[in-house]
Amino acid sequence: MTMMREGRPTTPVPVKEAHMAPATATGNRALMLEEALIFEIGSTGTTGVDFGEIPPVASRIGNLARTDSIGLPGLSEQETVRHYTRLSRQNYAIDLGLFPLGSCTMKHNPRLNEKVARMPGFADLHPLAPQSTVQGALAVIHELAQWLVTLTGMHSVAMSPKAGAHGELCGLLAIRAALEARGDARSVVLVPESAHGTNPATAAFCGYKVEDIPATPDGRVDLEALKGRLGPDVAAVMITNPNTCGLFEREMKTISDAVHAAGAFVYCDGANFNAIVGRVRPGDLGVDAMHINLHKTFSTPHGGGGPGSGPVVLSQALTPFAPLPFVERKGDQFVLVEEETAEQHHRSTFGRMVAFHGQMGMFTRALAYILSHGADGLRQVASDAVLNANYILRSLDDVLDAPFGASGPCMHEALFSDKGLAEGFTTLDIAKGLIDEGFHPMTMYFPLVVHGAMLVEPTETESKAALDQFIMALRSLAERAKAGDEALKGAPYHAPRRRLDETLAARKPVLTWADPALAQAAE
Amino acid sequence: MSRYFTEEHEWIDVEDEIATVGITDYAQEQLGDIVFVELPVEGATFDKGDDAAVVESVKAASDVYAPISGEVVEANGALEDEPALVNSDAEEDGWFFKLRITDASELEGLMNEAAYKKFVASL
Repeated sequence: MTMMREGRPTTPVPVKEAHMAPATATGNRALMLEEALIFEIGSTGTTGVDFGEIPPVASRIGNLARTDSIGLPGLSEQETVRHYTRLSRQNYAIDLGLFPLGSCTMKHNPRLNEKVARMPGFADLHPLAPQSTVQGALAVIHELAQWLVTLTGMHSVAMSPKAGAHGELCGLLAIRAALEARGDARSVVLVPESAHGTNPATAAFCGYKVEDIPATPDGRVDLEALKGRLGPDVAAVMITNPNTCGLFEREMKTISDAVHAAGAFVYCDGANFNAIVGRVRPGDLGVDAMHINLHKTFSTPHGGGGPGSGPVVLSQALTPFAPLPFVERKGDQFVLVEEETAEQHHRSTFGRMVAFHGQMGMFTRALAYILSHGADGLRQVASDAVLNANYILRSLDDVLDAPFGASGPCMHEALFSDKGLAEGFTTLDIAKGLIDEGFHPMTMYFPLVVHGAMLVEPTETESKAALDQFIMALRSLAERAKAGDEALKGAPYHAPRRRLDETLAARKPVLTWADPALAQAAE
Repeated sequence: MSRYFTEEHEWIDVEDEIATVGITDYAQEQLGDIVFVELPVEGATFDKGDDAAVVESVKAASDVYAPISGEVVEANGALEDEPALVNSDAEEDGWFFKLRITDASELEGLMNEAAYKKFVASL
């Protein structure tokens, strides 16, 4: 039998290795499409919208009226869609793979949250709608608040702060109001080295002088140094727990007792609450104020600048100073309290931080997450976050230096240093190598207390198979960096762009696009 | 002129009552490529240990402390245009600011070059 085989050979032609492949005429590489800047592909003759003729109007701004083009690129709808879709395919996202950015909790965002947040009864509300018409939404805020108070063992919660650092500001403003109310203005806030970088920034923004408290060699707060510094000028201590070395501050209760004995308040940075939720109640540790990042612990999408939400739980001592508004239950009605009242809540509020109630879209997602997990599920969140991080730490501490590996188990993140890499090889080389291996790099060069830090937060939602693949990739990169494999210094090889000159970008940033023709004419 | 060093990796040249302050070669090497330097304004006064300047590299931003108390008489404006000077010549042209010393006794207890070298070797 003969068969017409022309045009479809059944035996593949042996190919050369990928890097030997000839360059394409377009610069595209199959599914990897090159894309120019939108200004370079736009033309003045194209538009995606068909406007009607503008009726003639007499100018009322005289010679201020613009006569030349404002230089916006003109594209058809299809060109616009393709432009942004092509760019998005060069990006990395949590929906594509493991995103081990330490201190950032890039975990899976359950799609159930999205379904709930998009229900018209929540999504289409206006913040100024009469309270009688939005009882369901107020009930959501109230129920979420109850969960946060219960999970933290605190007295109340201010729901309106819009992100972690905003929550820190809320907590410090409440502390300042409480001190002023007792006629005891204090000027100093103590911040341990193991705290989040936003803590000293918040204290300074609030008008306090910031003083560092050193860490012990095992990566925790130096209790004696802290006790030695407490005094009548100290307003508060800001502690991140679990801290940025990925460790639990075991002496937290002793610290709180000492701080309270000195007449000061304890602020806890609760950004890492997912490591202890359902296991530890900060209220039992003597915390006076703590923000909870709903967008991290309670899983609402925040990568790429998505909205955050940072409710602040408060102790009984700080509750009267909390910001407005509050949702309260009166009988079977939910009421938005927007002014000071004689009741204990909001008796001496320091004011208002935002225009409306807070980040409603985050509230609905967070409550959906909490209810779908239940109390037992939330406990498992903390267990899995800690288990996964320890699995990474112990799977790699034979090839990478774990500076606090002897300090006991880590919490939700594993910390490595660049000690032991071959001369001339750095954390940056390993990070760039991870891009080639198909992962977003870990957090690098933070915390500052560790040389060449690599901070890995696998999160509670990664499977063992995903962790094993990441460990294999990081192990291979660590071995190459220790062996002095020069090729690693050229990574990434497979990304849309090769290694970028970060120094030049910072020293001589080019932040605007100029039409090359006009730029040339100007010269 | 005598040169002193601090454990925060700053060097201080003292000539009469004027102290010139910069960060050490070891410090610039640890920081990596310097991309930005924020300098104090002339006339600013600092107590020993106050934050006096900020140096930012591709890795991190770090405070530069006033190693002794004094009033700023001059800042090295060249660093604002060319922060790379800190990398290429940390201990000469890459100086940060000059202070009029208010209390020369604070210089006691700072390290000399040999002691600083020993200190760095111990890190």
